[in-house]
Amino acid sequence: MYDTKQLNAIDNAILQRLIGAGIDHVIFMDLSGNAIAKHSNGKTDLDATSFAALAAGNFAAVDAMARLVGESEFSLLFHKGEKLSIHFSKVTEDTLLISMFGKNISLGLVRLKVAETIEEMNRVLS
Amino acid sequence: MALINVKTREVQIKIVYYGPGRGGKTTNLEYINRTYKEQIKTEMVSLKTNDDRTLFFDFLPFDVGKIKGFDVTIQLYTVPGQVKYNATRKLVLRGVDGIVFVADVQKSQRGKNIESLNQLYENLKTYQLDLFKMPLVMQYNKVDLRKSDVETLDSKTLQRDLNSRLKVPAFEASASNGGNVIPTLKKIISTTLVSIQDQIF
Repeated sequence: MYDTKQLNAIDNAILQRLIGAGIDHVIFMDLSGNAIAKHSNGKTDLDATSFAALAAGNFAAVDAMARLVGESEFSLLFHKGEKLSIHFSKVTEDTLLISMFGKNISLGLVRLKVAETIEEMNRVLS
Repeated sequence: MALINVKTREVQIKIVYYGPGRGGKTTNLEYINRTYKEQIKTEMVSLKTNDDRTLFFDFLPFDVGKIKGFDVTIQLYTVPGQVKYNATRKLVLRGVDGIVFVADVQKSQRGKNIESLNQLYENLKTYQLDLFKMPLVMQYNKVDLRKSDVETLDSKTLQRDLNSRLKVPAFEASASNGGNVIPTLKKIISTTLVSIQDQIF
């Protein structure tokens, strides 16, 4: 269980580094499908509860596929849509960070910002 | 394991409906979805095959209100029942807090009930979980078939097959018309809440 100090630090990292950079929605969740922190720029709605359950299933399925082909994991996933894209990245053994972003922000910038955020989260969680 | 967020004061509990294929797991969730429509803010998620069988899981979250200042959300999942989908069954069990085992009372399904329960025991072991310590409720589904000419098992036989060692609460049910679906749900929620209360409160 995370303490309030850790949860505050996670919220700050997500808000400053990701939402601040123009990402629409961010969910920090465990691999059981529970959303631990969710943030949005408020411009669009998202059913984060169902999304987290599906994302956990998706990530778990890809993880099992990785093992079938002899990889220990595929730690990064990316789904590209016409208007919105989704970036999945593992934070710790049990947690994922999901970022949804529109066309106004490049994948390169998202990857950079996500990497910085994960580094900060790992410092907080360790 | 239940997710407890001390900042937002939220508790998320994962309950999985497990059992052999075509036993009525999805039907249980569909009935709950219809009955508690007011309290369920989101659509039920179902990942199905073309012929309407569960491919990955069904998912239904709903709020049960506040307990000691924490907002409690119950997340109901089903697993795919078909034998070939054990890898996905295992994935859905990750982080489970409570289980409803939905057995089929049809005589032809007797072996499949037992096989499914044995596999549940093995699948939980991969997460270092013990079925004997897990909040669990048995549901013997499709008792309405006893009125038809389909051969069925009596509950004594089902208890002996599935519950002689586990000794958990059991319900005869008829999920298609809602019979004992809600009592089963209430029982698993209360049993699960009792088991995690030391972590929360």
